[in-house]
Amino acid sequence: MHVNDHNGEPMTTVMQDPGDRSGDFGSASSPQRQFRWNSDEFASDARREALGNVALTIPALLVVCAMLILPLVWLLTQSFIGENGITLANYRNIFGRPAYLSYLETTFELALTVTLACLVLAIPIAYAVSLVGPRLARLSILLIVLCSLTSILVRTYAWLLLLERRGLINTWLQDLGLVDHPLTLVFNYTGVLVGMVHALLPLMILPIYGALLAVDGNLPKAACSLGASPVRAFWTITFPLALPGVAAGCIMVSVLSLGFFLTPALLGGGQVVVWATAIVSSVENDPVWGAAAAMGILLLVITMTLLAGMKRVLHVNTAIGKKGAH
Amino acid sequence: MVERYITTTRRIWLYSLAGGLILFLTLPIFLILPMSFSGSSLLHFPPTVWSFRWYVAYFESRSWIAGTVISFEAAFLTVLIATPVGAAAAYGIHRTRGWIADVISGILLAPLFVPVILIGVGIFFVFAPLKLVNSILALALSHSMLAIPFVFVTVLAALKSFDMTQENVARSLGANRLIAFLTVTLPQIRPGIVTGAFLAFITSFDEVIVAMFVTGGANATLPKLMFMEMRDTIDPTIAAISTLLATGAALLLAVSELTKAGLGHSGAASASK
Repeated sequence: MHVNDHNGEPMTTVMQDPGDRSGDFGSASSPQRQFRWNSDEFASDARREALGNVALTIPALLVVCAMLILPLVWLLTQSFIGENGITLANYRNIFGRPAYLSYLETTFELALTVTLACLVLAIPIAYAVSLVGPRLARLSILLIVLCSLTSILVRTYAWLLLLERRGLINTWLQDLGLVDHPLTLVFNYTGVLVGMVHALLPLMILPIYGALLAVDGNLPKAACSLGASPVRAFWTITFPLALPGVAAGCIMVSVLSLGFFLTPALLGGGQVVVWATAIVSSVENDPVWGAAAAMGILLLVITMTLLAGMKRVLHVNTAIGKKGAH
Repeated sequence: MVERYITTTRRIWLYSLAGGLILFLTLPIFLILPMSFSGSSLLHFPPTVWSFRWYVAYFESRSWIAGTVISFEAAFLTVLIATPVGAAAAYGIHRTRGWIADVISGILLAPLFVPVILIGVGIFFVFAPLKLVNSILALALSHSMLAIPFVFVTVLAALKSFDMTQENVARSLGANRLIAFLTVTLPQIRPGIVTGAFLAFITSFDEVIVAMFVTGGANATLPKLMFMEMRDTIDPTIAAISTLLATGAALLLAVSELTKAGLGHSGAASASK
C-alpha cells in the first residue's frame, strides 16, 4: 500500500543505516534486528491505516445496503414467489399479456424519441454556449442549471398550464384565430414527450458543453484555414472530439427516461402507460406483489443491459474520436 | 471567445437557435410567476385580476404547511446523515487503491443508476411489513441513500485537487490523524462538502417517488401532496408553491455562486426523476 510514506513517527528510527555495523551499538546484529522490527512496525501501521481508510466507507455502505441493495434483493426474491411457492409465473405473465408488451413498447419508443430529441436540441445550445464570451456563457449555464435545480413537479405544472385544453397555448391560438377548436396537447403522447424532453434536456446539454469546452479551438480553425467550411469543421473535427460528452449525455437521458414516472403520470393523464406507471398501478391494485416485483426486476435488467451496452459503445466511440483527431 | 472563422450570418443563426432553445427551457418556469398572482382560478395570461389569494391559500392550509415542515425536516436530516457519511467515504476511497476501492465506489454510486421507481417499490415492500414506513427516519434514510452519490462525487473531486502531502506534513509534525484532517484538509475541501450538502438537501426536498411509497397521511411531504393534487386538478395554489420553490432554487444557486461552492458546475447532477 502506498500509505507507508504517510507515517510520521517511526521515520526517525528508520534513518539509522541498517548496514552500519561498525557503530557504537556494540553487537553488529542489534541495528539489523531493530531495522527488521521497524519494517514490521511499518507494515502493520500501513495495514492499520489501509483498514482505517476502508472502514471510513462503512457507514455509507451500510446506508446504501440497507436502503438499496436489501430492497432490490427482496424484490428479486418476491418476483419468484407466487400463490403456490416458487414460480416463474410472474415473468410468464408479463410476456403473456399483450397489454404489458404494449407498455414496454411505449416505454422504449418514448425513451428513444426523448434521447434523440434531447441530443438534437442540446448540440446547438452547447455549441453556441461554447463559442460565446465568458459572461454570456456563464449566464446561459446558470439558466440551464437553474432549470435542472427546479423541482420536476414545478416544471411539469408549467407544462400543464401551457398545454391544457383551456391552457395558455390554446387560448393564444384561439385568440389569434389560428384554430377553431382547442388542440389536444396534453394527456397524450405529445404532452409526455414535451414534458420529458424539457425535464431531461439540461442533462444532455451540460456534458456535451463540457466536452466541447475541452476541444482545442485551434483544431477547427486549422481545418477552416485549410479550406473546410465551418459546418464541415464542426462535424468532422469538433463533434467527434466531443463524443465522450455526447455519449455520457445519451446514457444519462436514456437510462432516466426508461424509468421515468412523474411526467408520464401527470402529463399522460392515464392515456400513456409506460413501464414505471404500470409498476405503480400494479402495486396499488394487485393484492400480491409478485407481479410488480417481476416488472421491477425486468426494468432493472433492461437498465443495466443498456448501461453496459452504452459503456461499450462509448469506449469504441472515444477510441474512434481520438483516432480521428490525430 | 468569438471564433472569427465562422461568418457573422452563420453565428447569428446559431445563436438565435440556441437562444430560442434556452427560452424553451426557462420560459415555462418564469410563466408560473405571473400566474401565481392571478385573482381568478381561470387560466389567463397575463391574469386580468391580480391578488395574493393563492399564497394566502397555501399559508392558511394546515396540510400544505404540515407537508412543508415534514419536507424540511426530512431534508435537514438527509443533509445531516448523507454529508458526513458521504464525505468520510470519499476520504477513505481517496486514500485506498485497487479493486476494493473500485467495488466500494461502484456500490456507493449505484443509487444514481437504479430507477427511482424500483427503489420506491423495493423500500415499500421491505419496510411496510415491518411497519417502518410512515416514519420520517425511514424517509430520511432513503433520501440519504439517494444523496450519498452526490456528496461522494463532489467531495472526491475536491480531494483530487487537494495536495494530500499537506496532511502528511501535519501528521509528521505530531498532529494526530483527526486533528490533521480537521485543521489542514477539511478547510481546503470545504467547497466540495458544501456543494455536496446543497445537493443532498435538494435531492431530499424535491423527491417525490420514494416519499410517495414511504410516507402517507399526516406525514406526507410537500412534493407528495403537490403530486397528488396535480393528478386531479390544476389548482392555482400549486402555482404559488411552485413560485416559492423556484425562488428557493434560484436563491440556493445564487448563494452557491457567491460562496463559490460551485453548484453551477455540478448542480445538474441532481437529476430530476
